[in-house]
Amino acid sequence: MPREMTGAQIVVQALKDQGVDTVFGYPGGAVLPIYDEIFKQNDIKHILVRHEQGATHAAEGYARSTGKPGVVLVTSGPGATNAVTGLTDALMDSIPMIVLTGQVPTFLIGSDGFQEADTVGITRPCTKHNWLVKETDHLADTLHQAFHVAMAGRPGPVLVDIPKDVQFATGMYNSPEEAEELPYNPRREPEDDAVMAMVEMIETAERPILYTGGGVINSGDRASALLRELAEETGFPVTSTLMGLGCYPASGKLWLGMLGMHGMYEANMAMHGCDAMFCIGARFDDRITGRLDAFSPGSKKAHIDIDPSSINKNVHVDVPILGDVAETLERVLAKWRARGAQTRRDRLAGWWTQIEAWKAIKCLTYKPSKSVIKPQYALERLEALTRGRDRYITTEVGQHQMWAAQFLRFDEPKRWMTSGGLGTMGYGVPASIGVQIAHPEALVINVAGEASFMMTMQELSCAVQYMAPVKQFILNNERLGMVRQWQQLLHGERYSHSYSEALPDFVKMAEAFGCKGIRCTDPADLDDAIQEMLDYDGPVIFDCLVEKHENCFPMIPSGKAHNEMLLGEASTEGAIDVSGSVLV
Amino acid sequence: MNALNIPQGSTAHSAYSLRPTLPEGEERRTLAVLVRNEAGVLARVIGLFSGRGYNIESLTVSETDHASRRSRITVVTTGEPAIIEQIKAQLSRMVVVIDVHDLTMEGPSVERELALIKVACTGEARVEALRMSQVFRASVVDTTLKSFVFELTGAPDKIDAFVELMAPLGLVDVSRTGVAAIKRGPDPM
Repeated sequence: MPREMTGAQIVVQALKDQGVDTVFGYPGGAVLPIYDEIFKQNDIKHILVRHEQGATHAAEGYARSTGKPGVVLVTSGPGATNAVTGLTDALMDSIPMIVLTGQVPTFLIGSDGFQEADTVGITRPCTKHNWLVKETDHLADTLHQAFHVAMAGRPGPVLVDIPKDVQFATGMYNSPEEAEELPYNPRREPEDDAVMAMVEMIETAERPILYTGGGVINSGDRASALLRELAEETGFPVTSTLMGLGCYPASGKLWLGMLGMHGMYEANMAMHGCDAMFCIGARFDDRITGRLDAFSPGSKKAHIDIDPSSINKNVHVDVPILGDVAETLERVLAKWRARGAQTRRDRLAGWWTQIEAWKAIKCLTYKPSKSVIKPQYALERLEALTRGRDRYITTEVGQHQMWAAQFLRFDEPKRWMTSGGLGTMGYGVPASIGVQIAHPEALVINVAGEASFMMTMQELSCAVQYMAPVKQFILNNERLGMVRQWQQLLHGERYSHSYSEALPDFVKMAEAFGCKGIRCTDPADLDDAIQEMLDYDGPVIFDCLVEKHENCFPMIPSGKAHNEMLLGEASTEGAIDVSGSVLV
Repeated sequence: MNALNIPQGSTAHSAYSLRPTLPEGEERRTLAVLVRNEAGVLARVIGLFSGRGYNIESLTVSETDHASRRSRITVVTTGEPAIIEQIKAQLSRMVVVIDVHDLTMEGPSVERELALIKVACTGEARVEALRMSQVFRASVVDTTLKSFVFELTGAPDKIDAFVELMAPLGLVDVSRTGVAAIKRGPDPM
């Protein structure tokens, strides 16, 4: 039965009824009534961040590691504008997130009131949908609809802007069952014809590749399980985008590693040389395709995506399949098995021989050093010392992110949280806290660069407050490594502002925050130092001083095709031509 | 451009077809977009076009069903066919959008636009303007001794042609509604 409540009570009740256990937020004038209600209850845990951007990334980390939507509560004006980066990040990476913002009272809207901003106007392009609720009676329905929109179809962020007078006024509360439904129900089941076309492609493919992405993970654990069945039963090689790592196990025998700009040589060559490409929940992003007109020129392409606008956006596909990954794979597998589970086994063997030859290049080879810690070596040791643990990895953005994707191995989905689409430096610290809050017993490591780390490091204060034992593993090269690499390749080694002339003492800083600080400069000490980090029951800042001018390879230079990868230091001269230099 | 200097081989078939030809490979399409009429809906649709760099040649919007709070947006856009498909996909995935129809592709449709055209002239020019308005079946909705305001309804080409013809006769101002369009025959949209 609908019940009368204040708007603030409605907010808290709606969150409870939606199954929310954690809210990441920061109070302020325009959300005080909601915070007052949060004070009076114990069902929902509120995590006080140190900056609203941190709340959004923490909520993303929570969402990506659990499959549930992340919830953020912030005040009007600067509270809302500080959430914009996180909203855009979640939109690009399809992360379900509900951001609740306070707003000045309705009678002040438009008067340039204190801490007033046109929040729905500012966030319209960076949300799936947003609402300004002007009447308390509409608040409950809107909140329930917001959860539906965030989760339905391709997930994404939504925002509900709630003026302060709406929070104080009373109105009727409807439960999720009683609320008015929004007629927004993206199609999940694929067309039979499309399923059939994909089955026929599986049966006739001679040089196939499964090109998987974050959509497999977003579709749920069943999608990952079905993908594994499809791969194992067909024997097709599997690659994945940065977003999809873990949907097929890195320990699986069909795994080629990540593809794309800094992906594996064998994965990119297989994409280029395949005759049948099965794109499953990925979106032909420019980091993946390289030069579009030379992208996988000889292949027939099938594309499973729940978002119609992702299909045929960048690359024309022959078999478009609009649907949820799990729903689609289930039908494809059933149909394919019913028809005798046929593949061109005779041809597949030759394809694998070719792939093994590409693998033999060993594209991740780097020059080892006994005197200085190579960043790749640091990640190899981190991988070796954490293997077998219930481990969650977040990253910042840059070289360390790509090395982490190359050298760390994920056997399960939802264990890898990184800002893929937007490339947000500063994502990893708060995201690691969000993951740790969701999984208190797990090992959560943020692989960071010192520059990204400094963008949101204030959140360590939050980690200490909630006893979140996150490990900040900083590959410190005292450079903006990826910027420096591009300046070397593209701008005549003119390193314009890509190094920090002043960096804090991270060990002292750790101590100042109440964390443990560890510094390591010698490869011989690295294992012990990593073990010390892992053994410590609390947040750690690990300052790993690495080779300063290491470049991230392999690399598809901007404006080049998959088969024009750079493998090492020798071949970088003039690697990017004029047309490539305008790309990012 | 006027009716007398249509180049040889132009795609314009008559004096009523004076729209500039499109760049190679591009097409002009009229989309009918049915949306829930909630706050900010027009900003959402326009924001999609500007944010993704799509063209808008004309846009009209008005509530068409008050009881169910539905509005109809008619957008005339140009672009390569793949871009137009992208526009339709981007529109149809919006939460406020109920339905998208490509009226140019889905069989015959009727397109109309209304314009108010102010012409200030005296003597011969004034007689000529009035005579032209009769040819175009425009009606005079305001007159002074020195001016007319004509109301003209028709396809955009026809209004273009009339405006062109008024230019040398003392054209002062034009106000156009943008295109409203509807499918021919008994089916909806």
